[in-house]
Amino acid sequence: MFASFVLALRSAGLPASVTEYLTLMGAMKAGVADYSIDDFYYLCRATLVKDERHLDRFDRVFGEVFKGLEPPEGIAIQNLPEEWLKKVAEKFLTPEEMDKIEKLGGLEALMKRLQELMAEQKGRHQGGSKWIGTGGTSPFGAYGANPEGVRIGQQEGRNRRAIKVWDRREFKDLDDSVELGTRNIKLALRRLRRFARQGAPTELDIPETIRTTANNAGYLDLKMVPERHNTVKVLLFLDIGGSMDEHVRICEELFSAARGEFKHLEYFYFHNCIYERVWKTNRRRNDNLTPTEEVMRKYGPDYKAIFVGDASMSPYEISHPGGSVEHWNDESGAVWMHRLTSHFRRSAWLNPRPKNAWDHAMSISMLRKVLENRMFPLTLGGIDEMAKELNR
Amino acid sequence: MSGFKSTERYIASRDLEVAVNAAVALERPLLVKGEPGTGKTVLAHEIAEALGHPLIEWHVKSTTKAQQGLYEYDAVSRLRDGQLGDERVRDISNYIVRGKLWDAFVSGVQTVVLIDEIDKADIEFPNDLLLELDRMRFFVYETRETVVAKHRPIVIITSNNEKELPDAFLRRCFFHYIRFPDRETMEAIVQTHYPDIRQDLAREALTVFFKIREVPGLKKKPATSELLDWLKLLMIEDLPVEALRSKDPHVVIPPLHGALLKNEQDVHLFERLAFLSRRG
Ligand SMILES: Nc1ncnc2c1ncn2[C@@H]1O[C@H](COP(=O)(O)OP(=O)(O)OP(=O)(O)O)[C@@H](O)[C@H]1O
Ligand SMILES: [Mg+2]
Repeated sequence: MFASFVLALRSAGLPASVTEYLTLMGAMKAGVADYSIDDFYYLCRATLVKDERHLDRFDRVFGEVFKGLEPPEGIAIQNLPEEWLKKVAEKFLTPEEMDKIEKLGGLEALMKRLQELMAEQKGRHQGGSKWIGTGGTSPFGAYGANPEGVRIGQQEGRNRRAIKVWDRREFKDLDDSVELGTRNIKLALRRLRRFARQGAPTELDIPETIRTTANNAGYLDLKMVPERHNTVKVLLFLDIGGSMDEHVRICEELFSAARGEFKHLEYFYFHNCIYERVWKTNRRRNDNLTPTEEVMRKYGPDYKAIFVGDASMSPYEISHPGGSVEHWNDESGAVWMHRLTSHFRRSAWLNPRPKNAWDHAMSISMLRKVLENRMFPLTLGGIDEMAKELNR
Repeated sequence: MSGFKSTERYIASRDLEVAVNAAVALERPLLVKGEPGTGKTVLAHEIAEALGHPLIEWHVKSTTKAQQGLYEYDAVSRLRDGQLGDERVRDISNYIVRGKLWDAFVSGVQTVVLIDEIDKADIEFPNDLLLELDRMRFFVYETRETVVAKHRPIVIITSNNEKELPDAFLRRCFFHYIRFPDRETMEAIVQTHYPDIRQDLAREALTVFFKIREVPGLKKKPATSELLDWLKLLMIEDLPVEALRSKDPHVVIPPLHGALLKNEQDVHLFERLAFLSRRG
C-alpha cells in the first residue's frame, strides 16, 4: 500500500525517495499519526512533499490511492517492500543514495532492518497496539500486520465529514506546471531574479589592504569588498509574428521586468527558426536587420542564449537551405542553430506549447535535438529548469 | 503522543502540529515556508517554549557562510596579537570562535535551533551543512577535536523561497508550507495577541483587511504582522467602528492604512482606487 503510494507519487513527478519512505515508516513507528486518518495524511505530506508546488499533485495522488482501497488481491503483503525496494533501487536511486545504502550494508541489510521493523510491528499488534489494531477508531484496518499491510478504507464511515482534507485541493494555485500568464508572472519574475543573482559575497581587497596596512606602519588592516553581483548576461531570441505572439510577449515582459537584475540583457527577434539575420525592432524589421554573424562577434560565449518560440513549423524550415517561408536562406536553419549553440557556452529554448504536445511535432523534435534536449516549457517550473541548466 | 500544540499565544493548525511532532520524534530538521509574516520565525520560539528547551537563533544573511555556524578561526586577531607579541598567540584555540551549532551541540539539554531565512545565503550554504545536520557532529581542523552533539537539537529552518534548496538537503527534512490563515484562523490569531480587543472592532477590521488583500496589483499584500500592527494603532486611537465602515462596499480607506501597506506604490494605488470609487 505505502509502496504503491510512493510509486504513484513518483510517476506524478514528485521526487519521493527511499530516504523519505524510511522516514515515513520511522514516524509511523514513533506514533506521530496515531489517531486519525487526517494526521496520517498530514504526516505523509510533511514527509513526502518538499515543495509547495507539489502539494496539489500530492493531494490528487493521495485521493486516488486511498480512495476506499483494499490491499492488492493475491499479493503476499509481506513481500511488497522487498519487491518495491528492488524496483526502486534499479530504477530511481541516485548514485548518492546507492552509496548510502551501500554504507548501511547494502540492500540486504536494509531489507533485514525493514523486516525487523515489521516484526516489531507484529508484536505491537498482538499487544493491541493502537494504530494497527482492528478497533473501530483506528484508521488502519484489518490487514495491518505491518506498515505495508495498512489498509485505509471505508472513509465514508458514519462520522466522517463529507470533504476530505486532501480533496479540498487547497494548494492548486501553487502548482507550477501551468503555463505562464499574467496571473503568475510575478512568481516567474522571482524565479528569474534567483537565476540572475549569483556569486559569493565577499573577497579580500588586496591593493586596499596593502595601502592601509602600510599606513598602519605595518600592522595588518584587512579590507574586504563585496564580490560583484549581477554577473549574468543574457541574449534573448524571440520568435515573433505567429500564433505564439501572446506568449512571446509575456516572456518578453518578464525578462524586461527583470532587466535590472542582469548585467546585460539584449533582445533579438526571429521568425520560426534562426537564419543568417535577426532583427531588433519588429515594427520596421527590414531596416533593422542584424547579421547573425555580427551577433556572435559582438556577444561573447559567456552570454547565455535563450530562444523563445513554439518551434512549430515545417521540417524544411529547419533542415533545408531555402526552407524559410519568408526569404531565401543559403544555409539551413539547423546550420545556424548549431553555430549559435556552439558559440554560446550555455543555451536553452523556452517553448510556450504544452510539453505533452512536443512529441507530435517533428520540427520540435528536430530543434530539441539541436539543443541536446535543453528545451523547457514556458511555465514556472520550466523557467526553473532552464535556470538550472544555464547556471551549470 | 503529546508534544507540540496550539497555545494561547500561537495558533497552529493541525497539519503544522503533526509536522512539528514528526520532526521532534525523528530528530530531523523541519523546513517551514510560507508568505512573509505568516509566523515562520515565531514558530521556533513557540516550539522551544512548548517543549521547555532553550532556543538558539541563527539568522542568515546574504553573507552568512555555513562554516560560521560551526566555528570560525579568527586569523586576523591572531596575526595582530602576533605583531603585538601577545602570549595568547601560542594557543590556537584562543582564536577559535564557536558558532551557533557548536553551542547547540555542547548544550547539556536538548535545544531548539532556528536557522532563519536560509534562502538568503549563497546557494552552497545548505549543501555545506548537510553532513553536520545529518550526523550532528563536526571536526575542528585547527585543534583536531570532534564536536559531537550531546543531544540532537530540534532544527527549524525557514525559507522565503528566494532560492531553490538542493534535493539532497530537502530529502533530509520534513516540510511544512504555512498557508495564509483563513478568516476563522485569523480571528483566533488576533485573539491570542489582543484578548481584550473590542469584538465589533476586530470583526470590522478583519473584513477590511481581507478586502485589501484582494485589491489587484498590490506589490506586497498585508499579512498577519501588518494586521497586528494596524489593530494596535486602531486600539490606541480608540476609533469608533463606524470609521471602518463605508457606504461603498468595495472600497474603504481605512484609517491608519499606512500600517497595512508598507510599500509606497501600494499606498498610492490604494488611495487612487478609493478616490475613483468615491467620485463614481
Ligand atoms: N499562527 C499565529 N499565531 C499567533 N501569532 C502569529 C501567527 N502567525 C503569525 N503571527 C504573528 O505575526 C507576526 C509575524 O510573524 P513572523 O515574524 O514569525 O513571520 P515570518 O513568517 O517569519 O515572516 P517573514 O517571512 O517576514 O520573516 C508575529 O508578530 C507573530 O506573533
Ligand atoms: Mg521570519
